[in-house]
Amino acid sequence: MNRAEPLVLGIETSCDETGIGIVRGHHLLANTIASSMDEHARYGGVVPEVAARAHLEALEPTLTAALAEAGIALADLDAVAVTSGPGLSGALMVGVGAAKALAVSLGKPLYAVNHLVGHVGADVLDSEDGTIEYPTIALLVSGGHTSLLLVRDLVSDVELLGETIDDAAGEAFDKVARILGLPYPGGPQIDRAAVGGDPKTIRFPRGLSLPKDMERHRYDFSFSGLKTAVARWVEAKQDAGEPVPVADVAASFREAVVDVLVSKAVKACTELGVPRLLLGGGVIANARLREVAAERTAAAGIELRIPPLQLCTDNGAMIAALAAQLISAGHEPSSLGFGADSTLPVTEIQVH
Amino acid sequence: MLLAIDTSAGSSVAVVTLGGEVLAERSSDDPMRHAEVIGTLVAGCLDDAGIEVAALTGLVAGMGPGPFTGLRIGIAAARSFGIGAGLPVHPVVSHDAIALDAYRSGSAAPDATLLVVTDARRRERYWTSYAGLDAAGLPVRVEGPALAKPDDLPTSESVRLDALVVPAGALGQVAAALLATDGEFAGEEPLYLRSPDVTMSAGTKRVTA
Ligand SMILES: [Zn+2]
Repeated sequence: MNRAEPLVLGIETSCDETGIGIVRGHHLLANTIASSMDEHARYGGVVPEVAARAHLEALEPTLTAALAEAGIALADLDAVAVTSGPGLSGALMVGVGAAKALAVSLGKPLYAVNHLVGHVGADVLDSEDGTIEYPTIALLVSGGHTSLLLVRDLVSDVELLGETIDDAAGEAFDKVARILGLPYPGGPQIDRAAVGGDPKTIRFPRGLSLPKDMERHRYDFSFSGLKTAVARWVEAKQDAGEPVPVADVAASFREAVVDVLVSKAVKACTELGVPRLLLGGGVIANARLREVAAERTAAAGIELRIPPLQLCTDNGAMIAALAAQLISAGHEPSSLGFGADSTLPVTEIQVH
Repeated sequence: MLLAIDTSAGSSVAVVTLGGEVLAERSSDDPMRHAEVIGTLVAGCLDDAGIEVAALTGLVAGMGPGPFTGLRIGIAAARSFGIGAGLPVHPVVSHDAIALDAYRSGSAAPDATLLVVTDARRRERYWTSYAGLDAAGLPVRVEGPALAKPDDLPTSESVRLDALVVPAGALGQVAAALLATDGEFAGEEPLYLRSPDVTMSAGTKRVTA
């Protein structure tokens, strides 16, 4: 096995994207993603069984497309990597079953890795020399997770500082979009609706940001109260027979989400003396989030890293990249007996 | 040589020759741990048979019927093994393997009518009825696969067989016979026979009273 620049194929099926990525060391060769998002649209959110069925259908074409894109032969691979968790268990199992059989068919080692740490690993594909500067704080925001991590070393030392105690930020966007009568997925819809809106019109609550929350939930997030506050505000308008100022509501809601995400991330950087912040997850597509993060990190003297969007959303390349780093650091492959772990903690970077 | 994989009930893997001889078979009847056991079953089966991947000519995937979560894992494994080894995947109705096994082992006489039943969870059963073996030695499917409440299962067949595991050896034998006689394989769609559980969002509920 080439440990200096391992050629790794990564399989990611933790939510609604079937991702196959191929990397050589920290160089990205292919990043193919099939999404079942459209199939979930009419349900207003990701339906686990629909996602899992879609993974099985997308697996072969996505794998074939990634191989063609990378222009490599499977026999040249040094290893296969797969997301073991966290995520939707039925969806994860499709990837785990596929990865095990692929590894056995090729006689190649298999690395089972952590999805959230994979998001951090995406950054090596976006760096000049394939290194991440440590320590770094990572803010990972998607429809499935909202987590704040302290990364001292990608392959050996990742700590969970905080996470959402109810809805993920992406879910909050979906739910508020529905309140405003906008379709799924909510993120881009809220963004569109917010154009021209005044984010200061309505002061929606910032979850877990009061002094009393700071002791137990310093770096945790909560978006369920915010969603209810938006619903209550909209209902009051409707009950009064007044028109709902959709642009203002959308802008004010988005501002509340972005404010609490960035505030807590910057707070973690400052309090822990970490001058770096990395963003990851699909919600990073939100321009306002990137904008506020850029402003506030610059003001605080924090270096901000945002990988290209196709490496921020769930993808197989980040899984391959993390495995490549594990291989280069001398870590041994996983056994064939691991399973899908929907609640895998971030401290378990690789599952053995 | 075929590598057959079925996870429609428990998990089962076998290496079967194109002549229908089962060289190795490994199974786990745990209905919950398909993802955990599949890799070891496949690797172990190849070891037991003493063959290299290069000696294989095709994969066989048990397409169900089966409760969704587990069923998919074997199909995903067969397909990705097929890509890895550059081999075709032959889809087979899993109940056909149970039926073939029953007829060949004498649990059912070669001309007996047979009802194959497997657990579909949620107090339901999958069933398929058969009318003996045809000239190629393949079980003749009459009706099904279908889903039913236990009380609504057909009763006219002379033998009823409730199976816990689909033997991958027999699955491979069905595929070998179909290949030899240019018979018809199953479709590419897994036989879940159930729609995904979804609750259509009923609009938004008021939060203020
Ligand atoms: Zn993710």
